[in-house]
Amino acid sequence: MVENFVPVLILFLLAAAFGLGTVAISSLLGPKRPTKVKQETYECGMVVDPPAYRPFHVKYYLIAMAFVVFDVEVVFLYPWAVKFKQLGLFGLVEMLVFIFILLVGYAYIWKKGVLEWE
Amino acid sequence: MDFVIESIIKVVVVFVVVLLSVAYSTLLERKLLGWIQQRHGPNRVGPWGLLQPLADGLKFFFKEDVVPGNVDKLVYIIAPVISLVPALLIVAVIPFGAPITVFGREVTMQITDMNMALLYIIGLSGVGAYGGMLGGWASNNRFGLLGSMRSAAQGISYELGMGLTLVSIILLTGTMSLAEIVAYQQDGWLLWKQPVAFVLFIICGLAEINRAPFDMPEAESELACGFNIEYSSMKFALFFMAEYAHTISLAAIITCLFLGGWNLFGLEAYVPPVLIFLGKVFCLIFFFIWERGTFPRLRYDQIMNLGWKWLMPIAILNLIVTAGVVIAMS
Repeated sequence: MVENFVPVLILFLLAAAFGLGTVAISSLLGPKRPTKVKQETYECGMVVDPPAYRPFHVKYYLIAMAFVVFDVEVVFLYPWAVKFKQLGLFGLVEMLVFIFILLVGYAYIWKKGVLEWE
Repeated sequence: MDFVIESIIKVVVVFVVVLLSVAYSTLLERKLLGWIQQRHGPNRVGPWGLLQPLADGLKFFFKEDVVPGNVDKLVYIIAPVISLVPALLIVAVIPFGAPITVFGREVTMQITDMNMALLYIIGLSGVGAYGGMLGGWASNNRFGLLGSMRSAAQGISYELGMGLTLVSIILLTGTMSLAEIVAYQQDGWLLWKQPVAFVLFIICGLAEINRAPFDMPEAESELACGFNIEYSSMKFALFFMAEYAHTISLAAIITCLFLGGWNLFGLEAYVPPVLIFLGKVFCLIFFFIWERGTFPRLRYDQIMNLGWKWLMPIAILNLIVTAGVVIAMS
């Protein structure tokens, strides 16, 4: 089991070394001529007033919450799907109950307007 | 020890092949988009522009690495790497062909055959979303921040549909290992058994990797490039390579899941399976570029509507129907 991950580790080290290496090399090889205007935040010629960190729409937060809830439920479906043929009809009914509960939550957030983007 | 050496050889070969394909799929994309729009595309560097990717790559190394004054330095530098590494790691579980025998040793054409490869893929594509998000956040730029927020919300919305679609594949095959899923398709591709899942998976996949017509996060005309607006030189190139690496791995995953991997109606006995596999991947990449040149970009509210109100219910319905059919057949 563990030996399945040894190649992944090797690939990870290679990919990370490639990424960091190329960035390092390019910053060594490239010219360095900073000017005041160049160092400014690029906003298409508008007058810049940093920082850009401002409150953003609460919608993104709601979507992220909904995602976490549903994605965790989807992950529960994976082991069920692998063993589905052994579980038979019992497994199907159990999972239909589970999916029904999921759908109630889905209908609720739909009704509450979480999925509306104006 | 043999095992480690074998792994290192496989990893290096696959890594180089993937990087070369990334380089040349940029050329393919520019050429095809050019032809679609009745232009020539790159044709100055080498015959048919064949040396263009090398010239571009070399140029990136010698460009000034502009770091704007008010960025979050550490995150700003690390974000492109976070974006690229997961994209390259996904190829570890892709089976490229039938096992071959080298020096009396059976070698699988796959870096590693995990029994939970599908979870590994879903997990890594989730991590990949962090790269763009951290990049946009660290840039301290309004376009960048907006682009990264959009990219994150869109990515997670479609990951849900993707995850649900995969469940119906697992129901049929009873395994999460890609090699076993390919073996299952020896006498019939999953495309014929799961046409709905195939369409859903392509749409979700394209949205997840932010490709046209779902390229909202970097919408050139509104966000001036979105999350990578403040990036230059090799850091920008890494974001770009991550996008193409994701495209290639998506094509490879679709090939394994729905198009029978390296099986082709018995032809795999005569043609090297690796070539069949690469041919299918090439066709899918061609399709991705073609639809990019054809479809207009969706509006953001349309994208979120499509993901949450259409694809997710269809995926759940497909899952229930599949489960019912599997029970009825057994």
